[in-house]
Amino acid sequence: MEFKPLTSADQPKIRFLVVDDSVFARKNICKMVEAFGGEIAGEAGDGFAAVAKYNETTPDIVLMDITMPKMEGIEAVEHIVHDHPEAVIVMVSSVGYQDNILSALQKGARHFVQKPVKPEAFYEIIRYVLSENPKPSQTAEVEAQS
Amino acid sequence: MNMEIIQPFINSLDAVISEMMRCSARIADVTMEQGSYQRTGIAALVVLSGDIEGRIILDMDAAAASQVASDLSDIAGAPTDESTREIVCELTNMVIGNSVTQLNDRGFKFRVHPPEIFMIDVGPRGTLNSETVLLRFELPKGAVYLNIAVHANSAALVGSPA
Repeated sequence: MEFKPLTSADQPKIRFLVVDDSVFARKNICKMVEAFGGEIAGEAGDGFAAVAKYNETTPDIVLMDITMPKMEGIEAVEHIVHDHPEAVIVMVSSVGYQDNILSALQKGARHFVQKPVKPEAFYEIIRYVLSENPKPSQTAEVEAQS
Repeated sequence: MNMEIIQPFINSLDAVISEMMRCSARIADVTMEQGSYQRTGIAALVVLSGDIEGRIILDMDAAAASQVASDLSDIAGAPTDESTREIVCELTNMVIGNSVTQLNDRGFKFRVHPPEIFMIDVGPRGTLNSETVLLRFELPKGAVYLNIAVHANSAALVGSPA
C-alpha cells in the first residue's frame, strides 16, 4: 500500500525515534515510517537508552514500546516529558489495557497504538498527532496559507 | 484450568498470525501437561505476575519457524537463526500482550515481563500449584505450541473485580 508522504517535498521530513526492545519490531516500525515518508532519527532498545537518544537527536515524534527491560516505556515517557514538555510520544505496545493507556497518557504520551500494528491505522494516527502538534515549519506554512 | 483464561490466548494467537503472516492458525489440540516442558523448535518464554501468575511458552516447530522467517523476510532480512529467534520472540510478545489486554479488561490485573528466548531443550513445569495446558495450533506449514502454566494468585485476587 502506498502512502502520501507526511510532509511536502519542500519541507524537512518528520524525524522519528523508534524505541522497542525487539530488533524485529524496530525494523518493522522503521519500514512503515519510511513508507510514510518519515526519517529515522534514532533507535533505542530500552527506556534508559530512549531518554539518552531523545536528548541526542530531539526527534519530532517518539514511537515507544511499553514492556522493556531496564526501564519501561511509561517511565521513559515521564523522564522525557519532564525535560521536554513539547515531546510528542506515541505508545506502540501489544499490551493495550485501559490502565496502561491511561497511565501513559497521564505521563504525557499523545496516543496509543496496539501491536500488531496495522500500517493504515498507524499512518492515520501519526497524521492526527502531527496535526495536533505541528512542527514550527508546518505552523508557518499553515499561517502563510490562511 | 478455567476456559475464561485460555480463550484469549487462542483468539490472540490466531489474530496475530493472521495479521503478520496472512494465514490462519487453526487450534488442533488442547491437552493437560504433566512433567517438564520439552521444547520442539524455537521458543520464547513470558513471565506473568499479579492476579494470575506463572509463565507461558510459545514454541514454533522447525517448519513453522522456517515459514515465519521466510514470510517476514521483507522486514527482517534473509532468514538466519538469529532473525528467526527475534521474530518468534516478537510474535510471542504480541500474542501474550493481546491476551493479557483481554484478561485485564475482564478484571484480572497483572503485569507482563519482557519475552526471553527459551534455549534449553527441557524446561521447568511452571510452579508446583500451576496447571499446565498445551495448545497446539496448525499453520499451513508446521505447528505452534502454547504451553500455559499459570494459576490465580488468591492473595492478589482479594478485592479484584469478578
